Amino acid sequence: MTIWTVAAALLSHWQRRPLQLGAVVLGLALATALWSGVQAVNAEARASYARAAAALDQNELAHLVSPHGRSIPQAVFVRLRRAGWNVSPVLEGEYRFGTARLRVIGVEPLTMPAETQAVDRRNAGELLSFISPPGTLIVSPETAEKIRRQTDLALRVSDRMPDGAAFVDIGLAERLLRREGELTRIVIAENQRPGLEPLGTLAPALLVREPSAQSDLEHLTESFHLNLTAFGFLAFAVGLFIVYSTIGLAFEQRRPTFRTLRCLGVSLSALAVSLLAELFLFALVAGAAGVIIGYLIASLLLPGVAATLEGLYGASVTGTLSLRPEWWLSGFAIAVAGTLISSIQSLLRLMRMPVLAAAQPQTWGRSSQTGRRFQVLAAAALLGLSGALILWADGLRAGFGVLGCLLLGASLLLPAMLSGFLTFMQRLSSGALVTWFWADARQQLPGLSLALMALLLALAANVGVGTMVSSFRLTFIGWLDQRLAAELYVAARNEPEADRLRAWLATKVESVLPIVSVDAEIRGQPMQIFGVVDDPTYREHWPLIVVMPDVWDRVASGEGVLVNEQFWRRERLRIGDQLDLASDWKATVVGVYSDYGNPKGQVIAGINALTSRHPQVSRLRYGLRVQPDQIADLRSSLSDEFGLPPDNIVDQAALKEQSRRIFDRTFLVTGALNIFTLGVAALAVFSSLLMLSEMRLPQLAPVWAMGVTRRDLALLEILRTLVLWLATFAAALPLGLVLAWVLLAVVNVEAFGWRLPMHIFPYEWVRLGLVALAAAVVSVFIPLRRLAGLAPSELLKVFANER
Amino acid sequence: MSVRSIAIAFAVMIITSLSGNQAPSQGFAGLGSAAEGFSVPQPGRPFHFPVDHGAHPDFRIEWWYLTANLEAPDGTQYGAQWTLFRSALAPGENKGWSSPQLWMGHAAVTTSEDHFVAERISRGGVGQAGVVAEPFSAWIDDWQMQGNAVPGADQLANLTLTATAEEFGYELRLSATGPLVPQGDNGYSVKSAKGQASYYYSQPFYAVTGSLSLPTRNVEVTGKAWLDREWSSQPLAEDQTGWEWFSLHLDTGEKLMGFRLRDEGEGFTSATWITADGRPNPLPAGALRIVPVRTAKVAGRQIPVSWNVQIPSRGFDVTTRPLNDQAWMSTSIPYWEGPIAFEGSVSGRGYLEMTGY
Repeated sequence: MTIWTVAAALLSHWQRRPLQLGAVVLGLALATALWSGVQAVNAEARASYARAAAALDQNELAHLVSPHGRSIPQAVFVRLRRAGWNVSPVLEGEYRFGTARLRVIGVEPLTMPAETQAVDRRNAGELLSFISPPGTLIVSPETAEKIRRQTDLALRVSDRMPDGAAFVDIGLAERLLRREGELTRIVIAENQRPGLEPLGTLAPALLVREPSAQSDLEHLTESFHLNLTAFGFLAFAVGLFIVYSTIGLAFEQRRPTFRTLRCLGVSLSALAVSLLAELFLFALVAGAAGVIIGYLIASLLLPGVAATLEGLYGASVTGTLSLRPEWWLSGFAIAVAGTLISSIQSLLRLMRMPVLAAAQPQTWGRSSQTGRRFQVLAAAALLGLSGALILWADGLRAGFGVLGCLLLGASLLLPAMLSGFLTFMQRLSSGALVTWFWADARQQLPGLSLALMALLLALAANVGVGTMVSSFRLTFIGWLDQRLAAELYVAARNEPEADRLRAWLATKVESVLPIVSVDAEIRGQPMQIFGVVDDPTYREHWPLIVVMPDVWDRVASGEGVLVNEQFWRRERLRIGDQLDLASDWKATVVGVYSDYGNPKGQVIAGINALTSRHPQVSRLRYGLRVQPDQIADLRSSLSDEFGLPPDNIVDQAALKEQSRRIFDRTFLVTGALNIFTLGVAALAVFSSLLMLSEMRLPQLAPVWAMGVTRRDLALLEILRTLVLWLATFAAALPLGLVLAWVLLAVVNVEAFGWRLPMHIFPYEWVRLGLVALAAAVVSVFIPLRRLAGLAPSELLKVFANER
Repeated sequence: MSVRSIAIAFAVMIITSLSGNQAPSQGFAGLGSAAEGFSVPQPGRPFHFPVDHGAHPDFRIEWWYLTANLEAPDGTQYGAQWTLFRSALAPGENKGWSSPQLWMGHAAVTTSEDHFVAERISRGGVGQAGVVAEPFSAWIDDWQMQGNAVPGADQLANLTLTATAEEFGYELRLSATGPLVPQGDNGYSVKSAKGQASYYYSQPFYAVTGSLSLPTRNVEVTGKAWLDREWSSQPLAEDQTGWEWFSLHLDTGEKLMGFRLRDEGEGFTSATWITADGRPNPLPAGALRIVPVRTAKVAGRQIPVSWNVQIPSRGFDVTTRPLNDQAWMSTSIPYWEGPIAFEGSVSGRGYLEMTGY
């Protein structure tokens, strides 16, 4: 007998059961799709960071920087060059072109190391227009669109540029940023001649920052991508549940075939190889479909992810996806791995099967008493481990470890709990039909339990993530009300205008709150230091978490500063700690405020303390306190008097609206992934029910024969499905809440640096419950129609046929 | 030697972008372009020292060009080159990065087996490169030509010359044994029949001691060196595409500077015979005749590396031979520059520069 005959015999099973085939391929494809889609989004984002970092030469070369983020005198650069060091100067800063804020990076193309070249030195025209007045901005296509009408400077578009940044000649950067003779860093080329005087002697005040394997952005956004990966993995696991149960069933149903083939002389190894080849074929087909669906999912998700990254981290990611060959490979790899994982148990069972063993599809998957006990023990161990991790482990990965153990443990516990519940209900009931109902449900449980576990995971993730997002939103909006206390925000276009504005406003409004800030480096981190005036607005509204008595007096006197929550947690600061803000500026931490949505550390100091050390700081922006009914008048007189463009005058409501929009956009991706996962779980339940319905005739026929109509049988089927759904949903709620707590109190703190209070939103549960209910009804619909339409002769056959 | 310099990458840029024309019609390295806005050399202007040792930012291009024929105690021959080029994007000077002046340095050491080359490029205005007339100093990065003379004395009479790159370096002490020599008509050096010209003077009488550091060894050397100073705004005619330039130390103590600028016809030659006590005798155009003797494949092109050089009116007839055929300057704009020896009616050593191949 040839191997082809064997293969044909084995494959004929799928021909007779196309639904099973569909379930295997679809489950595998969906699992692969969600996984590779998320991977694709991550890879695209990381590629964007790498491009940005390469273009901004952040990660390839060492730099000389000044401690505390001060500027470096240009003379230091000249001294180093004249000592033979191959170094190149950089002057960076933020500059506003109309409403667009750009990171302006001033470089010197003649000394720039080749690795980081933004300007092609061999292209004479390009070089010349770059260094000659008035100068050229090298920007990304998107940025070029944004600033085209805001500047007279020539623009050159480069695909290598990240959005929101511009390369300019260092001379132009000096003029734009008004920092003549200053540098922000000095790039050290890799090629240096031997025998140089050490940098420590030539520039003792500067530090060498070695090239880091990770760019700042990559570091900052790591938690976000870990988050996405976790979600992708969850979806993958849910998809595998489908594949596992379907393949298991298919193996069991084909036992007679296996037995016949073995009796005809097919060796065990030939059989195993044929089955493996079959599985491999499925994996390839499903993997290909999965990668394509994954690509579609990724292109749907990517704009949302880009918006999130922009909103949360200020990281710019291109919204277009490129199909990389490594996805195909990783997609196939994960599909094959998934298939093997889900079929290994069935294969092993096949290897141990006695040649003449009878097939028992009925008892397939019915976990033995020991099996169930083992599940409960494993669940207890996993739950214990997650508790231990919460208590004793630190870090983001530990946070995800807690989530993983919790979810897996709870889902392993589910069959035992449901079985207990059904047994209990069976004991309570008295009528024969009712008792049969519960007993039959219990009998059905093993076949459904994997699908129900998948459902539990999906529902719990929905409840958990939903609660987290909603809690965050509520807190965020409350926080916005505190934080944006001024009624009107106005920005002057230049310093003389700002002077006139201040003088003019003095008589028109209750108070003028200057918004001044400088970039600094504190404890090795890029930070912002804000200066605030002593004003009741801050005393009454500023969202403080931990404070010292007389906190605002201490800030006003210059003795104390406030730090934001993320910096406070990251550095494990305590109230009363001394903080080095600059080499000649130490201050006491007197309070901590919440600062959501800001990836960076921030410090608030008294305005005098700040401006005495940074007299050059720009004072263009102001918050204005006015009576609400005067806002409109003030607005129009501001634009009449000063000719300020509308973008420069923003009222509180508009600002809040904008922040809220950014927030909502930020969590769109999470919502989308939630829905995908729930969809996969619903599919798992649907396919399980469908397959069970094929096998349930022997159970139903006797009941029918005893006089229960097919209509009533169908109703009982619906009822049973709903009971199982409801029980699973009930189990998902507490699990989801624990999940939310872990997300808020552990994962968020690690990922973003802030801890949020948990709020409970029962209304959202009702909505989720209704969605789940609808899915349940749909999932039971097809099997039910089949039952309702079953000819009595089919039911009668059960008694005639020997299985 | 000299117009050579030219090599300047910048010059090309300047022209291509300022005039919007394409380079081919403008001679080698754009040196044939018009001098709009820049000063133009005029005959009859006397040199003013030490001021003229410094930079002339109103002229488009300028160089401080030094070549040295060196010898180790064991008789091994070496050549060393140190050049600082200035090229202006616009006339005049500004402080800081807005300076329109660009600077380029070339350094090379030639042995019979190797030719080491390095290049430095810098903006003016911030002090990374520049020239000060008194006390004399010319520098780019850590390469330096430093005058050691007291104020009032000839600022170029005593120089310390240093350059260090990844593979090689040198430190040479130069002391002049003769006077500065104006080239052409009292320093007004005509470059074509159409009248293109530059200001040009030389110090061909340096005695050199110093040391070379090479990848495999450090060598103490002595020898002779020649400094060319030249500035202009448009030294070449548009159809001139390159040149051969000879600076020769005759064993008699006399010196000879001669060049031929190639064009579509016969070319334009010019030479100055310098007596052993430093008196220049400018020779009329056409007095110098040069004929290639042998070519070699250098950097993928055929280059005549050995020449027959004749000045019939002086009974001068020699054949030159390079220390190293492969003395190729692989810089932004590449050219051939290396030490030579010559024999014939008189023998001696010198330097040859060839561009536009």
